Amino acid sequence: MIPEFGHFALILALCLALAQAVLPLAGAARGNAHWMALARPAAAGQFVFCATAFAALAYAFLTDDFSVRFVALNSNTALPAFYKFAAVWGGHEGSLLFWSTVLAIWTLAVAWTGRAQPQEFSSRVLGVLGIVSAGVLLFTLLTSNPFDRLAAAPVDGNDLNPLLQDPAMVLHPPMLYIGYVGLAVPFAFAVAALLAGQLTKDWARWTRPWVSGPWIFLTLGIALGSWWAYYELGWGGWWFWDPVENASFMPWLVATALMHSLAVTERRGLFKSWTILLAIAAFSLSFLGTFLTRSGVLISVHAFAADPARGLFILMLLALISGGALALYAAKAKDLTADGGFRLLSRESFLLANNILLTIAAAAVLFGTIYPLFLDALGFGQISVGPPYFNTMFLVPMLPLAALLGIGMHAAWRNTPRHLLLDKLKWPAIFAAAAGVVVPWLVFGTTSVLTVLGIVIALWIVVTALIEPVRKLVGRGGAPLTRAQWGMFVAHLGVGLFILGATVTSAYDAELDHAATPGEQWEAGGYEFTFVGTRNVEGPNYTAVEGEFEVRRNGELVTVMRPQQRVYRVQQSPMTEAAIDAALHRDVFVALGQSLGGDAWSVRVRVKPLISLLWLGAVVMAFGGLLGVTDRRYRSQPAPRAERIEAEVPAAARPVEGS
Amino acid sequence: MTPRRRRMLLIGSVLLGVVVSAGLALRAFEQNLLYFFSPSEVAAGEVPSERAFRLGGMVLDGSVEREAGSLTVSFVVTDYAHQIPVTYTGVLPDLFQEGQGVVARGRLDPSGHFAAEEVLAKHDENYMPPEVAEAVARGREAQGQ
Repeated sequence: MIPEFGHFALILALCLALAQAVLPLAGAARGNAHWMALARPAAAGQFVFCATAFAALAYAFLTDDFSVRFVALNSNTALPAFYKFAAVWGGHEGSLLFWSTVLAIWTLAVAWTGRAQPQEFSSRVLGVLGIVSAGVLLFTLLTSNPFDRLAAAPVDGNDLNPLLQDPAMVLHPPMLYIGYVGLAVPFAFAVAALLAGQLTKDWARWTRPWVSGPWIFLTLGIALGSWWAYYELGWGGWWFWDPVENASFMPWLVATALMHSLAVTERRGLFKSWTILLAIAAFSLSFLGTFLTRSGVLISVHAFAADPARGLFILMLLALISGGALALYAAKAKDLTADGGFRLLSRESFLLANNILLTIAAAAVLFGTIYPLFLDALGFGQISVGPPYFNTMFLVPMLPLAALLGIGMHAAWRNTPRHLLLDKLKWPAIFAAAAGVVVPWLVFGTTSVLTVLGIVIALWIVVTALIEPVRKLVGRGGAPLTRAQWGMFVAHLGVGLFILGATVTSAYDAELDHAATPGEQWEAGGYEFTFVGTRNVEGPNYTAVEGEFEVRRNGELVTVMRPQQRVYRVQQSPMTEAAIDAALHRDVFVALGQSLGGDAWSVRVRVKPLISLLWLGAVVMAFGGLLGVTDRRYRSQPAPRAERIEAEVPAAARPVEGS
Repeated sequence: MTPRRRRMLLIGSVLLGVVVSAGLALRAFEQNLLYFFSPSEVAAGEVPSERAFRLGGMVLDGSVEREAGSLTVSFVVTDYAHQIPVTYTGVLPDLFQEGQGVVARGRLDPSGHFAAEEVLAKHDENYMPPEVAEAVARGREAQGQ
């Protein structure tokens, strides 16, 4: 009964989404206030029914209702309750329902805050969100209904894919989805601006939190996914340029560009059509990500639905939504005129460089990801593009971007006197260059050009991001920083930490595969490993062989590590559960491979210096974003007159301004 | 400099950047393209020598052999029409099993041995990489004729 109830709620949500898609847009076009007024209640109703459907599915999982096909395929009575709940989004159908629910939540938030905006504008925004929502709900109901019943319910379920039985799994997909789906909001804002034919600074101020918000979730979601792959996929890499990883990374790159271009649009009224284009691109790429993941065209851990009909439906939806927006852009972009100009050495120039380089990086990743799909579809054979392509293509635009970032943070709007920048940044540059060359050589004994470059740039960003905050904290340097400015410096500090972690881990990672017998001792990355032996372990829904390893440094015991080789009972699939001893300065990683006959086992050990900075950097970036979103000016109603006048003060008088 | 010249300079340097990066992209792309071949295609000599490629098929039952106490393993990849011997040194993925689909990246040596640098088996026991499924289907077809 409950699943039918959920199904019914989903149909009602679709009806409301259709109402929300059609009436407010038509109302805004004809100036009919009654029709426009329907947008908000429709959004609220849609949220209620999506949440009801979601709750119904969660209930089916928690009560082991295996008559529901989706539950039977993805759950099991022995599965811990925690994972039963997470299994709601652990498969294709449930994750789509989750997509819709998240969109309903975002829409509700937009409807709530939109009351401060002109009715015509907020109606258009909600109308566009309604179109997106209706498309996805229709897709769910027609091709992937999570509430489908089985004619005969099995006694027990097929269990959740063992890979997904992990605490990070409970968080990674929701974070990513909240980010993905949230990008629908700036998309809707962009289309609404195009429909209105004008783009004001107020528009940019309204839009900015709706870019930074999803961006925060995307950042955390991608970092969590990377962390999960690092310890759960078993072999200690943290980024594989897997097409689905790329699918989440491309929207992130474009959203990052959009965030920066919006800063210019808000402060200076420039880059307007570019901003619109980025907003359309960011959401189209998240939609493309959904297509890539769901269509089964990709070979990947993530690609659990291999159904061409589904892929085609999403592709058509993508063509409709993005194509429609782009057509509108082509027709209306000429109306968006810039409000002024700027000089070469100005904040605007640096943000322009940021935008160009991020877009190039996103385009390179896109090319490498979909080119093999095109070739295959056209019958030119099956190829794949290796990680070296992505590494090269990503580094080429990223290195100048990172180097320019240090200056850009300190450049003022319109025009910056050269000597001010030079005075401020001379010593950080010298410090970063010297430390980057000397420190790795002292600590690790070897170095290379790329490593030096990476470390110098990372230190450069860290130091330049700290200049202003430190000056304020010790009580020197004029006016206090606004929260948005704090956000900018903190987020960029995170970028610096991330680059440092990525460079050092990649350059000085010690990896050794070893055939080990009990009692044997060997050395890797400055640590001595002793294989003590193995024993059998019983888990709630798996059995495992657990190896025991003693890790010593200079003869002193550091830790005892117990990696497992598990076999999950229901699906009978083997899983490596690596053991990781994490510390700020290094991770020690031990994974148990296969039995090699007798007592011997294949073992992989890795010592990864500074890898913690990868996740720490991402968290710091996200925290910077949070500071930015919570800045007062996004909470207040339309900007008071005084603030606008203040924004016109000549740039030289204000060396640091908010991003 | 006049604003006009400055703008031309800016546009020029952006264009130059785009051209250089596009060139680099294509070069990196060309060098990192990996083609996929089935055992029958390898046996027919369609594979360029000197170049890494991906070999996919099924691990032949009873073909996995290990050197005692070493990480080196050898096995045979088949599409049920032709067979290619493969050697690999390292830790194999969890789902590597006889009778299961596998994709190996590596090079063919002159004697017809495939030396794998990486071995991939998929993360679901019911799932076969589409390329492997296709290669095996073609192999079976060729066998039937």
